[in-house]
Amino acid sequence: MNGPLLIRGGRVIDPGRGGDDVADVLVSAGRIEAVGRNIPAGDGTRVIDAAGKIVAPGLIDLHTHLREPGQEDLETVASGAMAAAAGGFTAVCAMPNTDPVTDNQAAVGFIVSQAQRAGKARVYPIGAVSLGQKGQQLAEFGELVGAGAVAVSDDGKPVVSSHLMRTALEYAKTFGIPVADHCEDPTLAQGGAMHEGIVSTRLGLKGVPAAAEEIMVARDIILAELTGGHVHLCHMSTRGSVELIRRAKDRGLRVTAEACPHHFSLTHERCEGYDTNAKMNPPLREPADREAIREALRDGTIDAIATDHAPHHYDAKEREFDDAPNGIIGLETALGLAITELVEPGLLTLPELVRRMSTTPARIFNLPGGTLTVGGPADVVVFDPGAEWEVRPEAFHSKSRNTPFTGRRLRGRADLTIVRGEVVFERA
Amino acid sequence: MTALGKDLVGLEPLSAEQIRLILDTAEPFKEVSERAIKKVPALRGKTIVNLFFEASTRTRISFEFAEKRLSADTVNVAASGSSVSKGETLVDTAKNLEAMRIDMVVIRHGASGAAQFLGQRIASNVINAGDGKHEHPTQALLDLLTLRDRFGRIEGLKVAICGDVLHSRVARSNIWGLTKLGAQVAVCGPATLMPRDIESLGVTVIPRIEDAIAWADALNVLRLQLERMTAGFIPSLREYNRVFGVTSERLARAPRDLLILHPGPMNRGVEIDSDVADGPHAVILPQVTNGVAVRMAVLYLLAGGAPGPGQAMGGEER
Repeated sequence: MNGPLLIRGGRVIDPGRGGDDVADVLVSAGRIEAVGRNIPAGDGTRVIDAAGKIVAPGLIDLHTHLREPGQEDLETVASGAMAAAAGGFTAVCAMPNTDPVTDNQAAVGFIVSQAQRAGKARVYPIGAVSLGQKGQQLAEFGELVGAGAVAVSDDGKPVVSSHLMRTALEYAKTFGIPVADHCEDPTLAQGGAMHEGIVSTRLGLKGVPAAAEEIMVARDIILAELTGGHVHLCHMSTRGSVELIRRAKDRGLRVTAEACPHHFSLTHERCEGYDTNAKMNPPLREPADREAIREALRDGTIDAIATDHAPHHYDAKEREFDDAPNGIIGLETALGLAITELVEPGLLTLPELVRRMSTTPARIFNLPGGTLTVGGPADVVVFDPGAEWEVRPEAFHSKSRNTPFTGRRLRGRADLTIVRGEVVFERA
Repeated sequence: MTALGKDLVGLEPLSAEQIRLILDTAEPFKEVSERAIKKVPALRGKTIVNLFFEASTRTRISFEFAEKRLSADTVNVAASGSSVSKGETLVDTAKNLEAMRIDMVVIRHGASGAAQFLGQRIASNVINAGDGKHEHPTQALLDLLTLRDRFGRIEGLKVAICGDVLHSRVARSNIWGLTKLGAQVAVCGPATLMPRDIESLGVTVIPRIEDAIAWADALNVLRLQLERMTAGFIPSLREYNRVFGVTSERLARAPRDLLILHPGPMNRGVEIDSDVADGPHAVILPQVTNGVAVRMAVLYLLAGGAPGPGQAMGGEER
């Protein structure tokens, strides 16, 4: 273990306590030791100059694909945890669509131990809702949680059966975990390669209508009301979904939601030219959808920003659009996109951004962190919101390079990431 | 760079001038196919690969005739029985062909965007012979040439494209070509087979076939793929014919004689009745004849041939 760290002179933003002031943060033995002005540096304390930078609780990603076990050539727990740290994340939640599926306590335990071995960002496994993500028999939530799972989800395979979703929401209440759902009616979405609209018509690609998402959002909200369970809606992408969530929250239902940087940054026009790095599920939508997502992040209808980091090998994307896999990597661009697309235009303040990317995600999945409370875990990010940089995938720590943002100039990136009091990433 | 650029992936990227150039270039090539010795030396020494990932009779043969009548050396590759069926990617297939030093690839593929994808990755000229539901530019060009033959113009013509527009690359290419040349275009068919926001392409939707017939100067009747019924887009072929079929009874009520086009192959008794297909206003076989001429024009122009193919026209035996 390293000695104490004194992060000096940064603007300390802590939505958990409501703080936003220039201060010093002293970290010792894995904990926040003190936050205040003019904290003296003791012997053996490393002093980090954070003047002009933001010091905040580390970012937490509720939606990450780490590909281990099963597809270690795309990403491993270690490479993903390193990419996360480089992106300012101190914790990521790993989706269970591994091979084999993370649907039992041994599989959860494996990911936990791989994350401990890597020693970078924390990795919290998400267990499967159903055995093998097959949508039939409930997985053993109790054992999953006992081994370290923080939520359950069948991830890219939506829980089609309303009965299964109902029982999952009910059973999950016992363990105080949310059921995270990928909202998609498979009969409407089947064979779709992009959003159904003007662009899909022009390109001759089968579209996925916004209704495919909204039907499941509506169902999940109705089941949340029926069961009193906590449903977490993954990667919301349409204005209709936003409207449904807004009404559900007005009625006080236990519904939380996340949105991805690509859905508040890009639209379906990005698919022109059949660029497979613009292929994802849910697909990039229309400008009015993007505006609705931005507004929902502003007013809190959507609670959190999550990456849906989905690594793919370059030659899997080097294909006909119909045959290319869905998804893009996002851990190392999320903060820059959020600052460039949401903070710079004045939609979110920096404290609100930290809330959407750290404090609220911690609350939704009931995780440690998300605050700089004295005595709490020392998971801290130091970032420069004004730093301008160009997205160069070859410099990423992720094993994969599939991003539509190559060459894009962004503002804001992490300079230093501290997990459990240890510096796990420091920009050279 | 040629007058058309490196590739022909669709009519959407072409200007009206480029489309007219192809049609004008096709005119003298029509005559080549009427000669006793149907061959000119324009593409002598060029190697062309016809890479067909989907079954095709008419388009493949038409391209092959066009190539041979221009004296090119051609190789046909069908997806089944090739390395493609062993899991080779499209890029690898094309790069291997290119390593054998070819000049052009004519590609038919089930995935929208496949021709553009290929064109961006190999140096050879790529001609789209149909990619998924995207475009089939040479089909639209032969339709345009046939319309121009009969009406003497495209501008101001009212053309209704009827049937399964949703799944049709022929429809999309026709919409681009016709609207660029100043025609008015309507689409007509069951709402289940109309793409979302099709009006954004500059066309009018006419829901009923009777109204389309009353409005149009020409009908381009699309083939109804028989599997659309099992996929739930229409209840039955019988009902489709009853509600949307182009029948002589319906045509008899039109205020004027309509020219009838069909890209083939036809489902007689489904989207078009036999007496219409075989009737005096159908130009389905002239379309096929024109297909060879427009494909010769496209091949000639992409190979760098000068507009106005005078010197290319000398027969080998002259």
